[in-house]
Amino acid sequence: MQTLVAYVENKPGVLNRVSSLARRLAINIDSLTVGPTENEEIARMTIVAHTDERGAHRLEASLEKLVDVLLAENISSRALLDRDLALIKVSADQQNRPHLMELIKVFRARVVDVAPESLIIEVSGTVDKIDGLLEVLRPFGVLEMARTGRISMTRGGDLLRPPTAPSELVAAVEAESK
Amino acid sequence: MKLTGAEILCESLTRLGVKEIFGYPGGAILPVYDALGKSKLHHVLVRHEQGATHMADGYARASGGIGVAMATSGPGATNMVTGIATAMLDSSPVVCITGQVSSKVLGSDAFQEIDITGITMPITKHNVVVTRAEDVARTIREAFVIANSGRSGPVLVDITKDAQQASAEFNWETCAPKLPLKRVRKNHDQAEFDRAVEMLNTAKRPLILAGHGIMVSGAMRAFEAFVRTGSYPVAMTLLGIGCFPAKDPLNLGMMGMHGEAWVNNAIQEADLLIAVGMRFDDRVTGDLRTYAKSARKIHIEIDRAEINKNVKVDAALIGDAREVLEKLTPHIETRDHSAWIRHIAELKGDSAVRDIQSLPDTGHLYAAHVINDLWKETNGEAIVVTDVGQHQMWEAQYYHHDRPRTLITSGGLGTMGFALPAAIGAKFAKPDSEVWVVVGDGGFQMTMSELATIVQEKLNIKIAIINNGYLGMVRQWQEFFYDKRYVATPLVAPDFAALANAFGIRGERITKRGEVVPIIRSARESAETVLIDFRVEQEDSVYPMVAAGASLSDMIRRPNNPLVETATEP
Repeated sequence: MQTLVAYVENKPGVLNRVSSLARRLAINIDSLTVGPTENEEIARMTIVAHTDERGAHRLEASLEKLVDVLLAENISSRALLDRDLALIKVSADQQNRPHLMELIKVFRARVVDVAPESLIIEVSGTVDKIDGLLEVLRPFGVLEMARTGRISMTRGGDLLRPPTAPSELVAAVEAESK
Repeated sequence: MKLTGAEILCESLTRLGVKEIFGYPGGAILPVYDALGKSKLHHVLVRHEQGATHMADGYARASGGIGVAMATSGPGATNMVTGIATAMLDSSPVVCITGQVSSKVLGSDAFQEIDITGITMPITKHNVVVTRAEDVARTIREAFVIANSGRSGPVLVDITKDAQQASAEFNWETCAPKLPLKRVRKNHDQAEFDRAVEMLNTAKRPLILAGHGIMVSGAMRAFEAFVRTGSYPVAMTLLGIGCFPAKDPLNLGMMGMHGEAWVNNAIQEADLLIAVGMRFDDRVTGDLRTYAKSARKIHIEIDRAEINKNVKVDAALIGDAREVLEKLTPHIETRDHSAWIRHIAELKGDSAVRDIQSLPDTGHLYAAHVINDLWKETNGEAIVVTDVGQHQMWEAQYYHHDRPRTLITSGGLGTMGFALPAAIGAKFAKPDSEVWVVVGDGGFQMTMSELATIVQEKLNIKIAIINNGYLGMVRQWQEFFYDKRYVATPLVAPDFAALANAFGIRGERITKRGEVVPIIRSARESAETVLIDFRVEQEDSVYPMVAAGASLSDMIRRPNNPLVETATEP
């Protein structure tokens, strides 16, 4: 499993180009999350792909060839902070509710919706932690689940910022206007 | 100044230096055609939109500039797909402009509506839909920048009919391209560069693999300086042919599936391969597990995605071929590789004797004769545009190109039907050059309707059909690998000479070897297009050959029979 981060233009069709590229390279995407950055014109993607290092290099380099991709980087071998978020609707009656609440506490999850027959639990953390909670909830009856997929960030001073220096394309533009 | 989107398009193309547009009109692009009529742009009416894209591609390859193709929405746009993919695989800078239904009805399955940007996403470098007249100029300028920067390639601009019809303020200065601020990666660090230099200066059996990138980069002089300084022997990819003179003693010729055996053997024996602007295509490497096992490898390549894709390399110098070579050459020590070069010459062995050119005349007409005679008669100076198949390989073997951009052929995609339209594009790019089409009877029948375009444009193009009555390369594979079961390869063709006459073109048929030189001379003397139907040996095969997926060391050599049974060994 390889983790890539990409900064892309925040506009329609870019997600399609990125996912279509992975399909073309026969690389299966495990999860892909995308959201705007502090600059609303730029979106950040975390791509988790079923491939080896060589495949990840090819994906990274091919992504950067797309005009709308500002930067792509394979960060698999770096110190990372990973987060996944899940909403889990689990069936809960009067009898098992106290037991459920115990588990939720242990996993540092939260109850965000209460209904007579069910609860919605919000949990964030590593993929493993959420998988672990899911396992212990299963016997109670998991009715519905939504997960965001993983977002990743390199730790500490290892910064991955959108580019600020002029690109080759921009240089080519300047050459054209001369 | 207020102009319509269509007028802005024509004005922008003119300012970008475009002279010819290859296209076909239709409903959704009509406003542009109306504006074209009032502009100075010359529109070449093709007979099929695939032809338009190949012409733009041929124009780009012959000139080094950007070719422009145009079509309407729906079927006009989908007909372009093969040509766009051809340009993509061979990194040819082509800008395709398609009409699209009005933005108000986009997505409603309107008449002749198709999602052409969706269709062409994987086969273009970039594509874009324009729905507002005020975006036309900037988008076209961006398309030109993208097509010809970095690794060049095709760009498609889809313009809705309402964007063509609407008016907008036109000001060239304020509509400069605005492209995303992308990261510029450091191409390679000093350590990588030093490692490459060390390899170059210690190699005993170095060999250059020269590709298309040298031509695209305009690196011919830098390349020659590099070759001379290191006295490296050079093997060419199909698309690299012409980037270094064939007559140069250091030029070994083409490598790969139909390369000469000694070239492939030299690759297998080399201790250093220097790949310049090539991508280790499977037709070049054969079985990767046995490919150049004893060689370290340096890869000079503009596209990072090509590094370690097929062949793992020891040093990757990413960047424009010319820049990298100019940086590299001053570090090269001049070394004596004469023993290695002599060894390669010895590898030739009896190849020259087996070569069909050395055999006595049996009265049979072979394609290799036709092409070799064409080379001699044109002094190797013509632009030759080939199609795909046996004739393409014979051309690469027997027409010796000394100058860049004189062989134009579909390499990566292997598109039959490419030659005739691409030659039309090449003729527009180089009107003073002699242009020859070398095409098989199969490929010619795919796009022969473009003969009408030649007549309408009053062009002077010479067409040599290498007619063997088969889809020859497929037949050859059937002969070698399918026990001579010739399924769907025998090919009925019209009388090509009579067909040419029907178009108003002089047509000739040649069946004997002795007639070849006179007809080539006669065709060259004519100021008009001449089509020559060369009826060559039917079941001739291209040798040598590395079977698909086989090792490069495992070549099927030229046989002593049946074609060369009269050969006398010295």
